[in-house]
Amino acid sequence: MSMLNAPAQPPSADKRWKLVDATIRRHGRQGDSLIECLHTVQECFGFLDEQALRYLSQALSLPLSKVFGVATFYNLFTLKPKGEHTCVVCMGTACYIKGAQALLTAIQEKYGVKPGETSEDGKMSVLTARCLGSCGLAPAAVFDGDVAGKINGNDMLKRVEKWMEA
Amino acid sequence: MTSEELNKIVQAEAETSAGFTATIDICMAAGCLSSHADQVRDALAAQVKSKDLGKKVRVRGVGCMGLCAAGPLVNVSPKQVMYQEVSQADAAELLQSVLDDKPMQRLVCNTQIPFFQRQTKIVLENCGVIDPDRIEEYIAAEGYSALQKVLSGMTQAEVLEQVTRSGLRGRGGAGFPTGLKWTTVAKAPMTPKYVICNADEGDPGAFMDRSVLESDPHRVLEGMAIAAYATGASVGYIYCRAEYPLAVKRLKNAIRQAERMGLLGANIFGTQFGFTVDIRLGAGAFVCGEETALIHSIEGKRGTPRPRPPFPAQSGLWGCPTLINNVETFANIAPILRKGGDWFASIGTEKSKGTKVFALAGRVANTGLIEVPMGMKLRDIIFELGGGIPDGRKYKAVQTGGPSGGCIPEQFLDMDVDYDSIAKVGSIMGSGGMIVMDETSCMVDVAKFFLEFCRSESCGKCTPCRVGTAHMHDLLCRISEGLASEEEIILLEELCDLLKSTSLCGLGQTAPNPVLTTLKYFRNEYIAHIQDKSCPAGVCAIKAPAHQEVQA
Repeated sequence: MSMLNAPAQPPSADKRWKLVDATIRRHGRQGDSLIECLHTVQECFGFLDEQALRYLSQALSLPLSKVFGVATFYNLFTLKPKGEHTCVVCMGTACYIKGAQALLTAIQEKYGVKPGETSEDGKMSVLTARCLGSCGLAPAAVFDGDVAGKINGNDMLKRVEKWMEA
Repeated sequence: MTSEELNKIVQAEAETSAGFTATIDICMAAGCLSSHADQVRDALAAQVKSKDLGKKVRVRGVGCMGLCAAGPLVNVSPKQVMYQEVSQADAAELLQSVLDDKPMQRLVCNTQIPFFQRQTKIVLENCGVIDPDRIEEYIAAEGYSALQKVLSGMTQAEVLEQVTRSGLRGRGGAGFPTGLKWTTVAKAPMTPKYVICNADEGDPGAFMDRSVLESDPHRVLEGMAIAAYATGASVGYIYCRAEYPLAVKRLKNAIRQAERMGLLGANIFGTQFGFTVDIRLGAGAFVCGEETALIHSIEGKRGTPRPRPPFPAQSGLWGCPTLINNVETFANIAPILRKGGDWFASIGTEKSKGTKVFALAGRVANTGLIEVPMGMKLRDIIFELGGGIPDGRKYKAVQTGGPSGGCIPEQFLDMDVDYDSIAKVGSIMGSGGMIVMDETSCMVDVAKFFLEFCRSESCGKCTPCRVGTAHMHDLLCRISEGLASEEEIILLEELCDLLKSTSLCGLGQTAPNPVLTTLKYFRNEYIAHIQDKSCPAGVCAIKAPAHQEVQA
């Protein structure tokens, strides 16, 4: 069988595929490494496009439907490109009790971006998280990977303004 | 690795420590890091270097010190003076105070308060004390000595006996006796067997496992290795949430170090026993905390649960016998084997042994991580250790167990906190999150929040959960907006009963808990929304005009 199925070729010469291939190889091209591989693709490219899903389906010998099923099941995987900057507002219980909703409202009122959306100019995506585990610092948000705690609507807008006016 | 080599490391570490006149420890867990503890550490290290004190004063990054709300936290030993809210600008002054041996009063954090004094640390004994990135420090704190003791002279049956005697119950929430679970896997005839550590801490408001993994990852590895020996497994997985990048990084580092020292891999301590550990990342699905869903996720599939039996102990990962325990459960194992099951059983209550780590959050003065003996009064936890409700507000409820738990009102403040007492009032112990609410929280809104969570986290496999949570959420929205009639409360209660008795897994079976407990203890708030079209806490946006009959 393996004679007939030559290893799948990456969709393009983009060097980031080498990192994806490394993950595929590390797990011996086994189907059970699908989630690990999807993580690598998303780390490298920021999101999962059709091309990537097709490639993983070939490389791991899985039906495309299964790859798509897994990619859409988990909240962390996204099939849409994110904005230049991302702002993740924690909506865990502790943050919710301490007013995380007001943070989202502040951004929505100023820039019209709802949770899960990206601003029209592609500069900022607003996302929500289930819980960052920074409950001691509630309410918390992550600005481009940098966790900030005990923030209010004004702090939030100050941080975001820098991106939007850049 | 032999026991002599282990001892050598212990001695070398002791000598190194003795060489310093003072050690400045900075908390480098996620909480303090988000208040820029790394900058504080770098500033202190730069100060030490510029004053050429590298041989006298040691600057170390350590794990979580507990009082997350006051971070970044710094501890100076041997004097044991703790400082709070330290910034990089304080570095020079702080170092000078260490040299002068005069505490810097401006930033001192009082460690004589009940928050610190009334804790009993077993799981967290090394948190905030050792550098999680150095295996040597874990070994110096008696690390891997339990594994050495087990492998050098205990049979599998003897290990199982100690764990059973300890009375340890699963710390993930359900409280299943750990010894019984281990024995079932050990007795299963099929091989290979697997050991899985459930680090998919999905409950919002819970961060105990994150802190343990970030502050003392080797403790979890040691517990898993002992479990593997006792049950006859040779491969282990840690299933960790991808939302905890720092925990994953420190775990990876810990696994690498343990492999290099021969504490993981083949022929551990020169015996026939071998054990490897690999990490699998979650991808943001709450349902994956359920053991059969977690197994599916490790297999690379959608994380949907399946009916039990067969339980994973008989047929788990790839159809093989599998032991699944929570992070905190594994973290208890090494001390139990070191000091004996009877020692552990002497702590706690009759049916809940040992200690429990709680994450205190919400409207409470001292937010952070605490470890207390089972059976402590709820009032003591919230008002003594937690420091009570800030801003002179009034206590309303504490939410335990995340979306599967319930809200415990004031009249139960004097109950003992253990598995059975919490279950009696309609909530669950859960993994240990405790969210305190005051009068500014509307209980209808809280119930709506949790149902929204369960609705979108439902995997969709079974109908009661998929459709039921959506209906319950709709009803709660109508109630909170003042659009509902009183009959709809009855409908809501019927749905609660339906989900509880017919859902496939714990997610659906426990989703009604927040609704049931708030309906039971705060029914007047529901009535106020429906009859008076008003939200007593002023949280909900009422859409119905006041005092007007609205047809459902």
